[in-house]
Amino acid sequence: MANTILEMRDITKTFPGVKALQDVTLEVERGQVHAICGENGAGKSTLMKVLSGVYPAGSFDGQILLDGQPVEFKNINDSEAAGVVIIHQELALSPFLSIAENIFLGNEQSKGGFIDWNKTNLDAAGLLARVGLRDNPITKVTDIGVGKQQLVEIAKALSKKVKLLILDEPTAALNDDDSAHLLDLIKSLQGQGITSIIISHKLNEIKEIADKVTIIRDGKTIETLDMHAGEVSEDRIIKGMVGRDLESRYPAHESSIGEELLRIEDWTVHHPLDASREIIHQANLAVAAGEIVGIAGLMGAGRTELAMSVFGKSYGTGISGTVYKRGEKIDTSTVTKAIAAGIAYATEDRKKYGLNLIDDIQRNVSGSALRKLAKLGFVNGSEESTVAERYRKSMNIKAPTVAAVTGKLSGGNQQKVVLSKWMYADPDVLILDEPTRGIDVGAKYEIYTIINQLADQGKGVIVISSELPELLGICDRIYTLSEGRITADVPIADATPEFLLKYMTLERESPVNERA
Amino acid sequence: MSAPSPTQATEPKPTGTGNSSPRGQSGSGNPITGAVSYLAGQLRQIGLFIALIVIVLFFQITTNGITLAPINVSNLVVQNSYILILAIGMVMVIIAGHIDLSVGSVVAFTGAMAGVMITQWGLPWPVAAVLCLVIGALVGAWQGFWIAYFGIPAFIVTLAGMLAFRGAAQIALQNQQISPFPQGFRNIGSGFLPAFGTTGYEPLTLILGVIASVALIGTGLRGRAIRRKYQLEDEPFLWFITKMVFTVALVMYIGFLLASYSGTPIVLVVLAVLVVVYSMVMKNSVFGRHVYAIGGNLHAAELSGVKTKRVTFLLFVNMGVISALAGLVFTGQLNLASPSAGNGFELDAIAAVFIGGAAVTGGIGTVTGAIVGGLIIGILNNGMSILGVGTEYQSLIKGLVLLAAVAFDVFNKRRAASSTK
Repeated sequence: MANTILEMRDITKTFPGVKALQDVTLEVERGQVHAICGENGAGKSTLMKVLSGVYPAGSFDGQILLDGQPVEFKNINDSEAAGVVIIHQELALSPFLSIAENIFLGNEQSKGGFIDWNKTNLDAAGLLARVGLRDNPITKVTDIGVGKQQLVEIAKALSKKVKLLILDEPTAALNDDDSAHLLDLIKSLQGQGITSIIISHKLNEIKEIADKVTIIRDGKTIETLDMHAGEVSEDRIIKGMVGRDLESRYPAHESSIGEELLRIEDWTVHHPLDASREIIHQANLAVAAGEIVGIAGLMGAGRTELAMSVFGKSYGTGISGTVYKRGEKIDTSTVTKAIAAGIAYATEDRKKYGLNLIDDIQRNVSGSALRKLAKLGFVNGSEESTVAERYRKSMNIKAPTVAAVTGKLSGGNQQKVVLSKWMYADPDVLILDEPTRGIDVGAKYEIYTIINQLADQGKGVIVISSELPELLGICDRIYTLSEGRITADVPIADATPEFLLKYMTLERESPVNERA
Repeated sequence: MSAPSPTQATEPKPTGTGNSSPRGQSGSGNPITGAVSYLAGQLRQIGLFIALIVIVLFFQITTNGITLAPINVSNLVVQNSYILILAIGMVMVIIAGHIDLSVGSVVAFTGAMAGVMITQWGLPWPVAAVLCLVIGALVGAWQGFWIAYFGIPAFIVTLAGMLAFRGAAQIALQNQQISPFPQGFRNIGSGFLPAFGTTGYEPLTLILGVIASVALIGTGLRGRAIRRKYQLEDEPFLWFITKMVFTVALVMYIGFLLASYSGTPIVLVVLAVLVVVYSMVMKNSVFGRHVYAIGGNLHAAELSGVKTKRVTFLLFVNMGVISALAGLVFTGQLNLASPSAGNGFELDAIAAVFIGGAAVTGGIGTVTGAIVGGLIIGILNNGMSILGVGTEYQSLIKGLVLLAAVAFDVFNKRRAASSTK
C-alpha cells in the first residue's frame, strides 16, 4: 500500500443525539486529486475536520493512517506538522495584513523574536510564483479579489510543506475565470507531488480534475468511483449523492407569460466609492407576469450591483434611469419604497444580507412585512407564528418548529426561509440572486419548483445565476451582462451555453443589444 | 400596578397580544417536547432569577434579617431607581449593537438644568421637569444624528458626549451645587403615594398589590387563550401555574413589606410603568422588533426595508429622554444638583444590561433581564454596605459578578452550539 497516502478506517463521529459519521472509510492515493461529494449535511466537512484535527483524536472512533502510519492529531497544529492542511470555504485571512504577513501568520519568519521582513517577503514572493500570483507580497489582502485570496491561502498551505491539501468548496465564491485558474493550479500541484482532497458541489469541476470520487450520504460512505474507468456522468454522481435517480435536475414547467410587469430603462450606476467608474451602463430589461427571466454574467459583470441598485439604491451612487411597473413610473429609491412598489430582492449572500441568524424562523419570515401583522404598531405574535408555520409546511423547511434559530439550519433551509420572507411580502416581481448557491441537489430542485410556482401565480421572476445550466434549465428568457452592459436578450429556445458565454464575455468596444 | 418585585418586573404580560415565543436567549417559543426541554431553553432567564434569589437570601441571613426589613426594601427600590431607569434605555441601545457612555453626564446636565430653571429662573417645577425631558431628547437627537446619519460609532460619539455634557453641567452650575428643591420636585425621587390610615398596613399599597396580581393573572390567562385560539403550542400549564403562584406571592410579599413602612414610593410607580411599557415595545411593537433585527443583522434588516437609520436615531433620542428622567429622579432624591452627579452611572447601567443577558454583539437582550441585572447590582451594593464591606471590596466583587454572569452566558452558548452541530 505504498501508494496510499491516506487511509481513514471506520470513522464514527457522534454528536449529542446525532451520528454525523458512521464507519466512514476513505482511501486516497498519492499524487491524485480525490473529490468528496455529498449533499449538505452528509458529513463531508465533519470528515475533513476529523482528518485535520479540528475534532481531536479520541473524540471519534476509527483510525487514520498517514503514509501507512497511524496518526492521532490533537489539533490543527499537529495535522499541519504532518503535512495535512485544510483550506476552509470561508477564507481565514486577516484583511488588513499584507499577503506575506498572512502567508506566514503563526509561522513567522523571525530572528531572535523579531520578524525578518526580507526573508518573509522574499519567501512569500517565491510561494506566490508557485501559485501563479504576480501581486506584490506587501499588498494588503483586502486590496485583492476573492480569487487571489484563495491563491494566497494555497500559498500559505505550501509554506507549511503540505503533502495533503484539503480544499472545502474552493470555487464556491469564485467566478469562472478564477475557478478555472484554481483548478489548473490544483493540477499543477499534483505534478509537484501534492495530493489534494477537494470537496465540491460543482460536478463539472469534479469531472474535470478529480481522479477519484468518494460519495458520502447520511454520514456513510456510499461508493468510490474511479473517474478514469469509463465514463462517469454527472448524473451518475448525483444518483449516488441523493440515493435515487433524479429524473431531471430541473422540474418541467410551462410558463404562461402575460403582460409586461416591470421595465427598467437606461439604468446607469456608478461605483459607490469612485463616482467616475460606471458599473452599469444604460441597461434595459423587462420581465412579464408569469415569466422567469435569467441574468447571466461573469462575476464582476455587475449582476448583483444591477439588482441592488434597482432595489432601493442599495448599491452605488449616481444612479440614473427609470423603473416602470405595468407601464407606470415607480419610485424605488429606498428599500421601503421598492418593497411597497412590489419588488423583492433575495440576496446572494443569505448569511450576511438575508437573515438574522441569531433569531428564529418566524421572526425572519415576517421580517420584511412586519406591518402586515401589526395593529397600532404592535405585532400579533400568534398570527406571526401561524403565518410562519404555514410557510414551514408549504416550503418544506426542515426544522422542528418555527421557533428554531435560522443560524442552525442548513443552507437549503435557510434559503427557503429567505424565500418565505419575500413571498410573505407578496411582491409582484422577485429578483433572486444566486438562489441555489451552496445548496445541495435535492434542495435545489425544491427551490426551482418554488420559482415555477411563483411564476404560475403571475409574478415576474428574475434569476441571477453563475451556473449556466441552471439558467438554461429554468428560465424563459435570458439576458447576458458583460462589464455592466446588457449584451444580449435571448429566448430560451435559442439559448445555448456557447451563445451565452460569447455574450457574457463580449468586450466593451462592441456593445451589441441584439435580439437573438 | 404597584410594588413590582423582581419577579413581577419580568412578567409584564403584553395586554392584548399573546406572544408565543419569549424574546432573547431563551428563544424556544413553541415547546413541543414538554416541560423539561422548555425549562432547559429558559435556563438563562431562570438562572438569573435563581441568582437574584440566592443573593437576597444570602444577605438576608448574613445581615440578620435587615435586608428584607420593610425600611430596607423601600430604600432598595428608591436608591436603585435611577440605575434601573437608565438600564431600560441602555438595554435597547445595546440590543441594537450600540452603546451609550454619556448617560451619567446627561444625568448631571439635566439635573443641573432643573436646578437652574427652578431656583434661578423661578420656573414652576413641573414646567422645569418637562423642559428637562425635552433637553434630554435634544441631547439624544444630537448624538443620534452623528451615530445614525453621519456614521460615527456610538462608542466615540457618546464618549465625546460624556466629556461634553459633563462640561455643560459644570458650566450651567458654574461649578457650584444647587439646593434645596421644592417638595413637589423632591417627591419624584423620594416621595410616597399619599397614605391612608395611620397604623399598621398602608391600604393603598395593598390594593395596588392586589390590582397588580389580578392584572398579571389576567394577562397571562388571556395570552394563553389567544394562543389556544390560534392553535399554537404554549408553555406547559404546570409551569404557567407555578410561575403565576410564585409571581403573585412575591408581589404581595413586597406589597406587604412596603405597606408596613411608608407605602408605595412614587418612583416605583414610574419604574413599573416604564418596565411594562418598554417590555411591550421591545417584545411586540414593530419598532422593538426592528431594534432586534438591526442588532441581529444590520444589512439584512436594511434589505428587508427596515429604516435602520431612523430606528437608531430614535433609540438615542429615547435614551436621552430616559437619561433626563433619571436625572430628575436622582436630583430630586438628593435634593441637590451637583456638577459631579451621575459619575459612573453609565457603567452601572451597562453592567446591569450585560448581567441581564444581553449580547455585546447586539440582537439579544431583554428589558426585564436588564432590570434583574440592575437589581442584582443594587442588592450587592446594599447588602455589602449593611455588612460594612468597604467600597474597595464592593467594587472588586461587583466586577467579578459581571465577569461571572457573562462567562456563564458564553459557556451556555458554547454548550448549546456543541450539542447541535
